Amino acid sequence: MAEPAVPAAPAEPAVPAEPAVTPAGAATRRAVTGMLHSWDLSTGVDGPGTRFVAFLSGCPLRCLYCHNPDTRNMRDGRRASVDELVQEAAKYTEFIHASGGGATISGGEPLLQPVLSGELLHRFKHELGLHTALDTSGFLGARATDALLADTDLVLLDIKSWDRALYRHLTGQKLAPTLDFARRLADLGKEVWVRFVLVPHLTDATENIEGVAAFTASLGNVTRVDVLPFHKLGAAKWRALGLDFTLADTPAPTADQTAAARAVFTAHGLHAV
Amino acid sequence: MTTSQQDSQQDSRHDPRHDSQHERTTDAWNGFKGGLWRDAIDVRDFIQHNYTPYQGDAAFLAGPTERTLAVWRQITDRFPEERAKGVYDVAYDIPAGITAHAPGYIDRERELIVGLQTDAPLKRAIMPYGGWRMVAGALRTYGYPVPPELEKVFTRYRKTHNDGVFDAYTPEILAARKAGIITGLPDAYGRGRIIGDYRRVALYGVDRLIEAKRAEKAGLDAAPADPARLEEVIREREELAEQIRALGELKQMAANYGHDLSGPARTGREAIQWLYFAYLAAVKEQNGAAMSLGRTSTFLDVYLQRDLAEGVLTEQQVQELIDDFVIKLRIVRFLRTPEYDELFSGDPTWVTESIGGIGEDGRTLVTRTSFRYLQTLYNLGPAPEPNLTVFWSPQLPGGFKEFCAKVSIDTSSIQYESDELMRPHFGDDTAIACCVSAMPVGRQMQLFGARVNLAKTLLYAINGGRDEISGAQVGRATAPVTGDVLDYDEVLARFDEQMEWLAEAYVHALNVIHYMHDKYAYERLEMALHDRDVRRTMACGIAGLAVAVDSLSAIRYAKVRPVRDETGLVVDYLVDGDYPAYGNNDDRVDGIAVRLVEEFMEKVRKHPAYRGAEHTQSVLTITSNVVYGKKTGNTPDGRRAGEPFSPGANPMNGRDRHGYVASALSVAKLPYDHAEDGISLTNTVTPDALGRTDEERTANLVGILDGYVTCRGFHMNVNVLDRDTLLDAMDHPEKYPQLTIRVSGYAVNFVRLSREQQLDVIGRTFHDAL
Repeated sequence: MAEPAVPAAPAEPAVPAEPAVTPAGAATRRAVTGMLHSWDLSTGVDGPGTRFVAFLSGCPLRCLYCHNPDTRNMRDGRRASVDELVQEAAKYTEFIHASGGGATISGGEPLLQPVLSGELLHRFKHELGLHTALDTSGFLGARATDALLADTDLVLLDIKSWDRALYRHLTGQKLAPTLDFARRLADLGKEVWVRFVLVPHLTDATENIEGVAAFTASLGNVTRVDVLPFHKLGAAKWRALGLDFTLADTPAPTADQTAAARAVFTAHGLHAV
Repeated sequence: MTTSQQDSQQDSRHDPRHDSQHERTTDAWNGFKGGLWRDAIDVRDFIQHNYTPYQGDAAFLAGPTERTLAVWRQITDRFPEERAKGVYDVAYDIPAGITAHAPGYIDRERELIVGLQTDAPLKRAIMPYGGWRMVAGALRTYGYPVPPELEKVFTRYRKTHNDGVFDAYTPEILAARKAGIITGLPDAYGRGRIIGDYRRVALYGVDRLIEAKRAEKAGLDAAPADPARLEEVIREREELAEQIRALGELKQMAANYGHDLSGPARTGREAIQWLYFAYLAAVKEQNGAAMSLGRTSTFLDVYLQRDLAEGVLTEQQVQELIDDFVIKLRIVRFLRTPEYDELFSGDPTWVTESIGGIGEDGRTLVTRTSFRYLQTLYNLGPAPEPNLTVFWSPQLPGGFKEFCAKVSIDTSSIQYESDELMRPHFGDDTAIACCVSAMPVGRQMQLFGARVNLAKTLLYAINGGRDEISGAQVGRATAPVTGDVLDYDEVLARFDEQMEWLAEAYVHALNVIHYMHDKYAYERLEMALHDRDVRRTMACGIAGLAVAVDSLSAIRYAKVRPVRDETGLVVDYLVDGDYPAYGNNDDRVDGIAVRLVEEFMEKVRKHPAYRGAEHTQSVLTITSNVVYGKKTGNTPDGRRAGEPFSPGANPMNGRDRHGYVASALSVAKLPYDHAEDGISLTNTVTPDALGRTDEERTANLVGILDGYVTCRGFHMNVNVLDRDTLLDAMDHPEKYPQLTIRVSGYAVNFVRLSREQQLDVIGRTFHDAL
């Protein structure tokens, strides 16, 4: 594959700094707060098993097919503390230890608030003994500290397109930081599930899928690829926010199309579902 | 596999040399271990000494044979007509009894297990002892003649249960019943929820059981020293005489089919047939609200494994016998009125069979036949009956757990109950009657008490005992709540008073009902298959828990202003602000739910129950959540008058905002010690909400069940369905004849629900992946 050199960290002016109250030392760690969209218990969609999922507010990407546009703006969330979320998650540890699963930090883009995310991952893992996952586009991967990644058992990494122009069209941002982050995770030997959303007429070109698949296969740390068929269940949220959902007329892929996309990944020796 | 092949194998043990009963018994018990059960009637002891736990997976199972499919097709071909007419046919001129009807067959040449309630499949019997009005009403509804001579007998010469109850009801009970604050009472139909230990007939044969009952009766020959026991002893002697008579009739009924039930079953096929005849005798005579089967799979497995080991049967033949047996269980029918169907829709019979669990010695009670029962959902397609109920424990073998989860995902036909909660209370030979009522088989029975409407009771509290719809004084006359904003403490105090009143009126009503049921519609065959000295529970119940709890939470955490009509009656509520809703694993409101369950139970316990029964209660609605909602005005939680309640102990639709696990854990907090008759939760998820691949969904559902039971949850109905499928089925029922969906405590054919109930099911919180 021919991957041009990219800057190690993106310098996008569109990305605001984390507004979290960031304490200096571990002694005051508990004071960390940040902007939260919601929390939820989900099964089989945000990592393995049944998971406590914290959806953080704010995302630097503007994906055309976003199904949670209500999580885009940090200001639409509510301020929540790490303590509060750890307390909430603690209600589920008995269940999760019996059911299998863990905790996932999602969004929005959790790395927009790396201190909050890091603190949550740390306490979910060490205080509650939960398997931890970070659900990210990777665009802000450079903000993930080594400590944060050490507290992350699994990264759910969205690689939305291989075609750079398409990536920018889809998300409004550059692809390169995501690929850098993917390589860094590979170097760390961190387990990764890659996610690829199959959108007819948009991301479904064979060479586009092939590019993602070849890159993914080259990493060596990706244990699974989720090929997610595009759906329009989020359309109502776009309308409610007064936003224009430009993919309203785009069909969901057929089962055959989805299977064909999976086969591209499988052909590279990847476990695609 | 032809019938004649199975017949000839059957005959191999049919040896004319074994004429004496003793020899026949020795032959039938050949190879069985243990001693206690030989000397006393003790099926559990037999099972414990002889069953083979199965730790493997589902790979050994066999599919349906041509014969099975042909027999089943003869039934399914009749379903469209039955659905269209409401009933397929009625034996309108013969009052039911164990021997009342001539033998009936689906396909005499092909059936392996025989016996029908009447002389033809799907032909319903009339059972007038519960009440003539229900019979006559049903006959008129479905266009059958009401035989004048029977009408004369059952209105002039033979009093019914229904007549007796209304002779003894008080004006207060009648008013509470009419207002719909106490409803669904078994005062015009059979109470059901009694499980005969049908296995006893297979293990011992009828003669031995009669002998044991005679001995029990002889033990009561002496006049009691305590004069207070006089009536009780006379009643028991009469009941035992009836039980002995019923056992004789059971033998006669089986003889009419060409089977001699006097001795024990000698083969697996006979064991199934004997057991089924015993069950059949019960459903020939009793139109009980729930006619549950018990816990039979592991018992039968002992016989089937013996035949397999001896090479008498193959796995295919064993499965064929189970399939044929289950076909019979699927076509149990009762004649009921449209009003009854409104309460318990979809024509349920609750042929509940309890499967799995762990024994007191730590061995699993799962056997190959546990798998075979579940396999019928593939071999014959999904179905609501028998009501297959898995006793779940995290300790169950992995292969069985996975198979259960897979069957649930494919058929939505299984319910789960916590073996971990039941075993310490009831032991390991426990079965579920109806939906969620646990009882040790043959040793405990319940006096079924339907349920009261707690949401409406709260409205009574606010209105000083006046009904919010009619304005009539129904509850205890107390000072109505005054002021422009409802005060939590004041409402709670008033609520407490109304609950006191309700508990008293309720237990009083149940005492009347069960006194009369014993007198006029005694379950003689089912009780013949119990020990003499049974533990009785009086099974009370509450509905509208989520509405009452959310209403109290709204009053406490938001601002609720009552809206009064010109007579001062509060008819509506304006809710200002947010309140924590039940179903989000939030202790602020879940604590209110726990407290309500405990408090109502305590109030019920204050009032002595008929025949020394112990009070229990359930949080269960069946499908009556729709009717209850209809009969309840606007509530302080913002629910509008007439809107359905959530089913069972479920949180209200759409108020659980954090996914079904959070919702389930709110329900899991309800204390089983104060709701020993069961706490029902119905969960409907889309396949996507369990994972992305079949294996993942199966593993995740296993995890959810392990998690729920670990967190002390009691019961979970699992539906895995797409909303689109249900919508399509509403418009095209003919495409979905076997679409099954679990509702509070049982399952129904979706297409047999009324449109109103279908909409309620679809409108319920569907948990999807978003």
